[in-house]
Amino acid sequence: MRRRSLLALLLALGALAPAALMSLGADGATAATAAVPRTSLPVIERQVMCVTCKIPLNVAQSPQADRERAYIQGLIDEGQSEAQIKRELVGQYGPSVLGLPQTHGFDLAAYLVPVAVVLALLATLLLLLPRWRRHARTQAAAEGAHAALDPINAARLDQDLARFD
Amino acid sequence: MEAVKRRALPIFVSLAGACLVGLLIYGVSAQSASRTLDNEVALGQYPAAPEATQPLPMLEGNGHSSLASFRGKVVVLNFWASWCEPCQEEAPLLQGSQSQLEQHGGTVLGVTYLDASPDSLSFVHRYHLTYPNLRDDNGSFAHSYGTDKLPESFIIDRQGRVVAISRGEIAQPFLDRAIALAKSS
Repeated sequence: MRRRSLLALLLALGALAPAALMSLGADGATAATAAVPRTSLPVIERQVMCVTCKIPLNVAQSPQADRERAYIQGLIDEGQSEAQIKRELVGQYGPSVLGLPQTHGFDLAAYLVPVAVVLALLATLLLLLPRWRRHARTQAAAEGAHAALDPINAARLDQDLARFD
Repeated sequence: MEAVKRRALPIFVSLAGACLVGLLIYGVSAQSASRTLDNEVALGQYPAAPEATQPLPMLEGNGHSSLASFRGKVVVLNFWASWCEPCQEEAPLLQGSQSQLEQHGGTVLGVTYLDASPDSLSFVHRYHLTYPNLRDDNGSFAHSYGTDKLPESFIIDRQGRVVAISRGEIAQPFLDRAIALAKSS
């Protein structure tokens, strides 16, 4: 009797096993496809351009801007990171989608000119500061010379001050 | 000597300012679309198609191709994007001419510009386009043709020379010219 019930239990388990495995597989597949978003649309929108309107995407209102948003949202839903999405956008729309000057050709000036201006200002300051300090010292010395009293006026001042003692 | 030193600074500042203004002027002129091709074609010089060997990704499939791979054919090079309304208007015209061009050793070659490939593909399917399409994925190919607005089309002869340019929506006489060229050459 015991053997029979054990056999029946084993058979029942055997019949249920494929269904259980299938449901496990399905859960596994769901876990693999439902990606967790690693960034958000506003974060990306701030950093990219609407390629046809030539303005940042977060302020652009046009059918093309909406298409770009939908495309970005699709990539976010796939679980792609910020860097991956930006790479993908460059691959689709070209580097102009990032709104950044390129690092070659004339665009290089956008990086070099500010550095050159700062260096020129520093050089000018280095050149002018000693001259200004020298000028300030000379002026102070001249004022000191003017401030010195002659003996008669010094004696008069002493007398006046003595009255208050 | 002191006077020279005093004058040096304003001169240096003026020169630096002039350099910055010059750079700005150059930048503005360099960024605007070049019309060199148009001038040469207008003079009947028929320049070689720019960047013909530049490999561009194919819109459908994973491979690359280039304009040079169509050498020996009359090519109507058409820059387009799915968001461009005149491109939608001219797509049936281009498709209509494709069969005639094909018969006489010619083809339309579409190049997408500033367009995401899923949008371009749905455009291709919507208008039943059968001619090959490539993707200008960084905009440099279009820029070499002076293209910054869409659509724009170029007729390229069997020797790989630009013989006609249409900036704006294409018209049937322009396509007829390409077909006539394919028939005659």
